[in-house]
Amino acid sequence: MTVRIRVIPCLDVADGRVVKGVNFVDLVDAGDPVEQARAYDAAGADELCFLDIGASHEKRDTIIDVVRRTAEVCFMPVTVGGGVRTADDARALLMAGADKVAVNSAAVSRPEVVSDIAGRFGSQCMVASIDARQVEEGCWEIFTHGGRTPTGIDALEHAVRMAELGAGELLVTSMDRDGTRDGYDLALTRAIADTVSIPVVASGGVGNLDHMVDGVIKGGANAVLAASIFHFGQHSISDAHDALRAAGLLARHNN
Amino acid sequence: MAETIALIDFGAGNLHSVHNALIATGATGVVVTADPDVVASADRIVLPGVGAFGACRDALVGINGMIAALEQRVRQNAVPFLGICVGMQLLADKGIEFGEHQGLGWIDGTVHAIEAPSADIKIPHMGWNDVSPTSGHDLLEAGEAYYLHGYHFDVTNTDDIFATTHHGMPLVSAVGRDNIVGVQFHPEKSQAYGLAFLKRFLEWKP
Repeated sequence: MTVRIRVIPCLDVADGRVVKGVNFVDLVDAGDPVEQARAYDAAGADELCFLDIGASHEKRDTIIDVVRRTAEVCFMPVTVGGGVRTADDARALLMAGADKVAVNSAAVSRPEVVSDIAGRFGSQCMVASIDARQVEEGCWEIFTHGGRTPTGIDALEHAVRMAELGAGELLVTSMDRDGTRDGYDLALTRAIADTVSIPVVASGGVGNLDHMVDGVIKGGANAVLAASIFHFGQHSISDAHDALRAAGLLARHNN
Repeated sequence: MAETIALIDFGAGNLHSVHNALIATGATGVVVTADPDVVASADRIVLPGVGAFGACRDALVGINGMIAALEQRVRQNAVPFLGICVGMQLLADKGIEFGEHQGLGWIDGTVHAIEAPSADIKIPHMGWNDVSPTSGHDLLEAGEAYYLHGYHFDVTNTDDIFATTHHGMPLVSAVGRDNIVGVQFHPEKSQAYGLAFLKRFLEWKP
């Protein structure tokens, strides 16, 4: 056997509260992040992801407090993204109990931050967020600031650069699919997964369990991230594990 | 009297998570410490660690008297010792990661980068994988635990290997000898399996 496909629920957080975004607009408050994290820990989530979606504009201390309180009651790996600009930002999150930090906008404007974080804390904790939109068949562009800002940077080239600078994982989000429930952009995920030697997390667009299976089999992802299908009880973590196993993939057996 | 469990603070990123997990198992005597005197009189010792071998080693050696305290308390007085992730890798003779660095040298072997045997094996080794006991050690039960590492402990004597896992090739999951145990996986991040492992360590009488 080898390492299992990871199922990762993602909680979008702003001002210390969980919100659910549809294409990053029209936010609806959906509760306390620590309580939600605890529920996912009990449900056997393989990892948890917090995305601090207000963080590019607002203060940082709230998310650090959320991470610290989560680490007191949850014993699963936690990745935190949103507003991480420097190695010191990363350090504060890691010391609070995060296992990995995801860097997005800062890694575009100042790619050295990736090698700074990998050099100080190890590649294993340095996740590069790749937010991309398709511009033509087989070609995707990097967007920053929650998908609002185009950069003119080719997504595949950026992914390779992130890996070269020491990223230990890529979180690949299709901004075209995010919030649509139409499934991951499998061509994007596959193009990146086939190019880099580090793990790839598929993100953006999950509407059913088949989408998660496709993310692995067709997209080549090592982990599948989803939000709403878990948050609103449409499917459990166990359902996702079962679906992966039914498709012949390795997934964890829940306790 | 409650035991004192010294959790060594040399700035490792997983220090607080390990602390939280030990408390969750019901441990009452956990002391987070950078004081060699506390380590030299502790009943159990836990060494966390994540990131680069050399950086962790330098931070540990940088605490005046810490290595001597560990040598005395673990090697001479034989109190139970647990190393986690890089805290386990530091048991090696040396680590090769951004140069060559000397380890504690308690378990013969070298820490070096995992080389993927094929393109579908992604490095770092990241996620839940087997813990497959090889020796019937009291602390190690078969199960699934969380791994997060790009370097691995290439152990010289197979007798020192307590458990293995597999990611493109066999990787050492747990090592040890006598009162010493080290695990590559993260018990503090391995939910029920990890907490049960820590509880066994706290009750362990080697």
